[in-house]
Amino acid sequence: MVAHRSHNTSLPRFFSAFLVLMPFLSACGYNTIPTQEEQAKAAWSEVLNQYQRRADLIPNLVETVKGYASHEREVLESVVEARAKATQVTVSPETLSDPEAFKAFQDSQAGLTSALSRLLAVVENYPDLKANQNFLALQAQLEGTENRIAVARRDYIEAVRVYNTSLRTFPSMLWNTLWFGNKPFQNFTVSDDAMAPPKVDFGTQQGG
Amino acid sequence: MRWHRRRSISARSRGGDTQRSATDVISLASHPRIAALARGALGTLCLVLLLLAGIHSSLAQSLPALTGRVVDDAGLIDPGAEAALVQKLADFEKKSSDQIVVATVPSLGGEAIEPYANRLFRAWGLGQAGEDNGILLLVARDDRKMRIEVGYGLEGTLTDLHSKLIIENTMVPAFRAGDFSAGISRAVDDIIMVLEGNAAELEARSKRNQDTSWDPDAVIAVLFILVWATLFFGGFAMAILPRIYGRKIAPGRYEWLGMTFNYNSSGGRSSGGYSGGGWSGGSSSGSSGGGFSGGGGSSGGGGSSGSW
Repeated sequence: MVAHRSHNTSLPRFFSAFLVLMPFLSACGYNTIPTQEEQAKAAWSEVLNQYQRRADLIPNLVETVKGYASHEREVLESVVEARAKATQVTVSPETLSDPEAFKAFQDSQAGLTSALSRLLAVVENYPDLKANQNFLALQAQLEGTENRIAVARRDYIEAVRVYNTSLRTFPSMLWNTLWFGNKPFQNFTVSDDAMAPPKVDFGTQQGG
Repeated sequence: MRWHRRRSISARSRGGDTQRSATDVISLASHPRIAALARGALGTLCLVLLLLAGIHSSLAQSLPALTGRVVDDAGLIDPGAEAALVQKLADFEKKSSDQIVVATVPSLGGEAIEPYANRLFRAWGLGQAGEDNGILLLVARDDRKMRIEVGYGLEGTLTDLHSKLIIENTMVPAFRAGDFSAGISRAVDDIIMVLEGNAAELEARSKRNQDTSWDPDAVIAVLFILVWATLFFGGFAMAILPRIYGRKIAPGRYEWLGMTFNYNSSGGRSSGGYSGGGWSGGSSSGSSGGGFSGGGGSSGGGGSSGSW
């Protein structure tokens, strides 16, 4: 109607109409993707936070164990090494869609997890160490941190599931193809730590 | 557009076909395509919704209901001790706003106690929203496991080590002796003692939550006034504003905001329909009436677990 009357004014009119309508875009699902992306990033920050907390506990733990079991050098060194490796590999929220960086991060943290569990298995041989108050405190904190890591990972998995779903499902998918062009975030795979069966070791490997 | 043109050109260049049959081909080709796309999108959406609903119900099914401050589903606590415990916990929440809930379940259903406790804590929303100052003391009878799950806000006060010590030194010996009531109520005493240890923080937290908690009566009063004002002034607005801002389409008839207002007949107002708009009352938080409910807090897996 308007366009027929005057062709010259149609473009500014269209533009101003667009400006006026901008706030109402939120009702069309425009906000869905940025909102869920930020939620997933926040969940990732919590994951990093808890992994960092675990890394911070390790020097103290190693020192305490050294006081009682200094000749378990190999296990202690592997923990220190795995910690150094794990603190080097970080994934910033901006690179969460990069599969290789994410895999490197996951591998390094899994390496630290297995080194730590080997250390705790060795500790079983030292009753004095197990009764040490300092060690008990560290063990309680380590258990709590591992549990917090599990919770943070679960929250991240859920946040990414919601975000990736809206990247691929109907109303928000349109916004992503037309406007954002975001890639789905990487998610944790269960294979690394949860699916590995506990290793039963009757002391045949302890000497080495 | 480009696709359409190319299709019609190719249809024409093949020769023999008239322009009409070419457009027929296009319309036949494009309609199923769009329909298939829409069907696919709709199907995906439905699938996601179904999945979400499935996940939600499967999670909700296995959790016990929050019936009070002590949810003794496993029947481990004596009635007398339970009443004293409820009173103690209610008094402590009044003083500090910290919500402590004791729950016993017969079985975890094969799940580890840590994720179960975290799920239960979040489902119940223990602690005040924003403050996250809740504590869940969970005992699983058949699994012989217990856990103290601490909300985000109390992780600094009741540390993992505190929880561990309470479990190992207070609960485990009593549970091994078979005295569940004493073990649980002594553990609650210990938890309260630790939380009270930081008296200044306790007072500050309590004050913060008194300020922000809404009086249910005030919420009802505000809602009433809002509804009344909408009805009262809305009538005036409908009578006056269309005459000023609306477009006159006939004597006594105005069009405004896509609705037609007719002032000719006696009082008959609109033909376009005037719907009062959807009213959704704000969620009345912190209902302090008869039932007990969580304040909306959350937990990040703090605390400790043990077994007997």
